[in-house]
Amino acid sequence: MSDYKNLLEVRNLKKYFKVHEGILQAVDDVSLSISKGLTLGLVGESGCGKSTLGRLVIGLLEPTAGEVVFKGSNVFALDEKGKSRFRRDAQIVFQDPFSSLNPRMSVFQLIAEPLLINKACRNRREVEARVMELMDTVGLAERLVTSFPHELDGGRRQRIGVARALALNPDFIVLDEPVSALDVCIQAQILNLLGDLKKEYGYTYLFISHNLSVVRYVSDEVAVMYLGQVVERSGNMVLFEDPLHPYTQALLSAVPTIDLDGEGKQKKRVILEGDVPSPVDPPPGCRFAPRCFRRQERCSSESPTLSEVKPGHFAACHFA
Amino acid sequence: MNDAQPLLDIRNLFVRFHTDTGVVHAVNGLNLSLRKGKSLGFVGETGAGKTTTALAALQLIQSPPGEMTGEILFQGRDVMKMTEPEKRAFRGGKIAMIFQDPMTSLNPIMTVEEQIMEMVELHSAVANTRERAREMLTLVGIRPERGKDYPHQLSGGMRQRVGIAIALACEPDLLIADEPTTALDVTIQAQVIDLIKKLQSSVRTSLLLITHDLGIVAEICDDVAIMYAGRLVETAGLRQLYKKPLHPYTQGLFDAVPRLDTDPGEKLAVIPGLTPDPTNLPEGCSFSPRCPHARHVCHERSCGMKEYEPGHFVDCHFPLDFSSGNRGDGK
Repeated sequence: MSDYKNLLEVRNLKKYFKVHEGILQAVDDVSLSISKGLTLGLVGESGCGKSTLGRLVIGLLEPTAGEVVFKGSNVFALDEKGKSRFRRDAQIVFQDPFSSLNPRMSVFQLIAEPLLINKACRNRREVEARVMELMDTVGLAERLVTSFPHELDGGRRQRIGVARALALNPDFIVLDEPVSALDVCIQAQILNLLGDLKKEYGYTYLFISHNLSVVRYVSDEVAVMYLGQVVERSGNMVLFEDPLHPYTQALLSAVPTIDLDGEGKQKKRVILEGDVPSPVDPPPGCRFAPRCFRRQERCSSESPTLSEVKPGHFAACHFA
Repeated sequence: MNDAQPLLDIRNLFVRFHTDTGVVHAVNGLNLSLRKGKSLGFVGETGAGKTTTALAALQLIQSPPGEMTGEILFQGRDVMKMTEPEKRAFRGGKIAMIFQDPMTSLNPIMTVEEQIMEMVELHSAVANTRERAREMLTLVGIRPERGKDYPHQLSGGMRQRVGIAIALACEPDLLIADEPTTALDVTIQAQVIDLIKKLQSSVRTSLLLITHDLGIVAEICDDVAIMYAGRLVETAGLRQLYKKPLHPYTQGLFDAVPRLDTDPGEKLAVIPGLTPDPTNLPEGCSFSPRCPHARHVCHERSCGMKEYEPGHFVDCHFPLDFSSGNRGDGK
């Protein structure tokens, strides 16, 4: 294995879908990197391409152009052996614990499935031992081993999803909105679980979410996506304290806060006009321009590039 | 009717559903009142009985399997004793509801304009219903020509705004909004919250906002009621409750949410366990099995609502005492 600085690197990644209205640019020229053991939070609204990106980086989708480099080699140029290795090393936890588990499989079957498919255990006894170990790791009581998903609450179902992702000892896990379908109390339990696992096993996460408070809480670095492009990227604290892109500023100001002290209620809110436009054949220029409160003539013709505005802090805006 | 009388006064409401697996105790002795022109945040987790309460207020609980007891006074009249035609007139006309899911609560084969017109025809004397529908669309920030569109042609945020337009078309006295922003993105959510606030001040509608998001309550509401396992555990003015949550469950809700100022990596406080099974509620205080402060008495009987300080009610034997930082002595 070659030397690599970042566990995962995404280079000029594009994913276009042909729809009958034209070309849907779900992910358009995205470059990112994640160092080993860190968590990259990927924020954006529905339809911005964050889940598509998540599926691309673990090889569930083939990109239209660009590269995903995992441990120093391009994922889409791997031979069969390399591919099977990659599929063990990179895993995903899906958003909806209600529809992402086969309702006809018991907890045991669900967690054992990746072990059996990848022939990770030598015999039945090993499989059983590993399933029990995984259930213990994610905090599922042993008595639930014969239960079916419909008998469990959302939090427990999501724990099954996590156990399945952990089954093959991955290095890298994509967490695609892992807590958005859950109640606040259950959400806290799952976030704590993910934090503990990272501390104990040194996992690298790509944490996809539309919830800024959650992303801020779990991430080391943050990237903000809008209409298929990354508009801002930096270390966690920097981005939340000093957002440069107008879209990030609007996103942050839109979060309802439970803090009533002082500025809490008088917080100046940027309310964006309109909805996210369609990613089908987007117009030239900055994609955020039609909703932007700082737009000028230049914005509708000239597309800004993601550039380093301050050390380690990138933004794609002419006026950042 | 005078202003001192609450607009909606729910007294000792019980809602049960008889199912094959037992009796589901969805609402258990709920007392809730909403003052005219005010907005009340009705907070609780999935299954706490919030939506059931709203449906009971609208008399939309099917019986059987549902069974309701108690009183629901709306402008002084008990809605449970109304006749069917009276109920039909009051639903939509006096109380309107915005449903949670804008994707499924609109009729897919009617244009949105027609859906607003239907409401206006049924509940008001307005002659030009089409014009009224267009006015409503403008009010919620949708260009009137989009009225010819069908729901699937609109985005989620626009559909939710159509839902709001339908609900407000007849200027109801009470608007019940059931998780109106849960299905929406943050920037669209901010638009909808802003819209509800504006409309509340211009139309002077009272608002019952059902949500599990304490942040949204802080944005819109005057008062807050926290529901757990089918009954209220705490209710107070917004500031009072946010500054000084007295019930351990309320405190737990606040602690469980990561905020924009929580230290990353700091562990979130978690309420242990799960909400109780509504077919098999625990003895005593229903929160006692999960409560870190529960003592013997909590498992035997619930405390009942007590006024801890003026306007601040809590149902707990040992409310959190913030002056000393310790638990109260139960007095």
